[in-house]
Amino acid sequence: MNNLVILPILIPFIVGVLLIFFAKQHGIQRFISGLTSLFLLGISIYLAIYVYQEGIQTVALGSWQAPFGIVLVADMFATMMVILSSIVGVVCLFFAFQTISSEREKFYFYPFYFFLITGVNGAFLTGDLFNLFVFFEVMLIASYVLIVMGGTKYQLRESLKYVAINIFASILFIVGVAYLYAATGTLNFADLAVRVAELEQQGVINAIAILFLLVFGMKGALFPLYFWLPRSYYGPPAAIAALFGGLLTKVGIYAIMRTFTLIFTHDPGFTHNIILALAGLTMFFGVLGAVSQFDFKRILSYHIISQVGYMVMGLGIYTQLAIAGAIYYIAHHIIVKAALFLFAGATQKITGTTDLKQMGGLLKTHPWLAWMFFISAMSLAGIPPLSGFFSKFALILSGFEEGRYIIVTVALLVGLLTLFSMMKIFIYAFWGEQKHSETQAKQKIGSLLVPIIPLVALTIVLGFAAEPIFQYSLQVADQILDPSIYINSVLKE
Amino acid sequence: MEILMSITVGVLFMVGTYLILTKSLLRLVLGLMLLSHGAHLLLLTMAGLKQGSPPLLGEEAAYYADPLPQALILTAIVISFGVTAFLLVIAYRTYKEHKTDDLDKLRGSADE
Repeated sequence: MNNLVILPILIPFIVGVLLIFFAKQHGIQRFISGLTSLFLLGISIYLAIYVYQEGIQTVALGSWQAPFGIVLVADMFATMMVILSSIVGVVCLFFAFQTISSEREKFYFYPFYFFLITGVNGAFLTGDLFNLFVFFEVMLIASYVLIVMGGTKYQLRESLKYVAINIFASILFIVGVAYLYAATGTLNFADLAVRVAELEQQGVINAIAILFLLVFGMKGALFPLYFWLPRSYYGPPAAIAALFGGLLTKVGIYAIMRTFTLIFTHDPGFTHNIILALAGLTMFFGVLGAVSQFDFKRILSYHIISQVGYMVMGLGIYTQLAIAGAIYYIAHHIIVKAALFLFAGATQKITGTTDLKQMGGLLKTHPWLAWMFFISAMSLAGIPPLSGFFSKFALILSGFEEGRYIIVTVALLVGLLTLFSMMKIFIYAFWGEQKHSETQAKQKIGSLLVPIIPLVALTIVLGFAAEPIFQYSLQVADQILDPSIYINSVLKE
Repeated sequence: MEILMSITVGVLFMVGTYLILTKSLLRLVLGLMLLSHGAHLLLLTMAGLKQGSPPLLGEEAAYYADPLPQALILTAIVISFGVTAFLLVIAYRTYKEHKTDDLDKLRGSADE
């Protein structure tokens, strides 16, 4: 029992409620939310260090012991994700202070921002399937509000589809929970892992596993189910798009990794090969979408899809090195993707557009912005010594070791196309003739860059300190590949 | 009883799917509502409809009903209630802004 585990869920929730009362006072809202997000970052780092040193921590809520009560479990993977969500939460919040319109602030932007973080952290820390559903819903309802906030024609149209698709996915989630409860009689992750291993009818569990893959794949934008993502992420302003691009799809990926390393490990020849095939297709079609676009934010949105494929590829190969690579990749991608979306917001603030054909020459007028964007773009494309290279390297190496040459070829090709489309942004937006006016060129954006600097610095650090960080992700991979550690720490308190 | 409930769930899913696949905005909302009702009933049915007494310590009955599915459904119903209300508001606002409830006309083109 350790009550520290509940803090990353409780703090944003309480502060979110508190902020509703200050909806009309911008100053107080900003002060409270800024302070809270920094505090939350501190708490999550402390929790991660604690878990790293002391092993997996659990809380049985209301002292109802697992498997009967609700448990929260903080293992190394979960705490790492909580740190990443807190980092993105802080930078997007400080970016939002400068870019979000005061109408949005008045209409409860900050409360829903914190409810979103509540849901995300809850989904990472929860120890049973139904609470995963509940925290998914908390997160999704907050995201519905954030995505439609502003109420332009485009936003209403696209968020209607986003909401409808996610409700449909949630319904399938309940159906999956129902079937799994019928088959095993429990919903606690650790207990499920034990009982699924005991169960003799593997066909039923395979069917349920595919149903869950469908549900989480819809939230995490896997191959046939990603169509909703590029358009809905295009609508909201950059701070919200960065938060979504960094965090929301990763919650789906986290759920896939959690369930398919802990519960559905009975028949990897079937399930994990399907995941691997989906990973290849996701990567390929996502990057094709990115190559075909001519809009800053749309290219980035399509890239989310293709890079989700890399993470799932690590799970599909299913060795220690591959899982470690996937975990490294998640960390790298959350940071870089949030940074790139914030860059899109900064350039939009200067030029007033996200269409690449109407931009140009930003390198001359805003060199800092341009070069920092260049670093992040290269990191995303996987150029050494930045973080993208090492994470992809581990994935590709493990693919070679396992003899999965097709997926490795696809991954390398996708890396090349990623580089191509990032260079397209750089060439069109930053090189060439200056297309924005002189008054726009004189705009100072130093304060806008401040929230992005930590992210760029982090991607450089993740690259240069690849050795210790890779050791850490290997340890995380060890922990999630050996479910007995998780099961023991939850069930034997 | 379980068979009957399963058929009910099947019918709800069928009608819900049919409504989702039509063009009208309001039918989409209704379809999603029916689907979520079906999912909730499925959750109740899948856990087994036992004829036991309420799960209270003082009852001392031979059989007890499983309280967990009820708790899960209660949560799921509350969530789907809230989400449906929100979906209705968005659908209404979309209808007001776009002056149409035809989903075909809400497709939108790539270059806008």
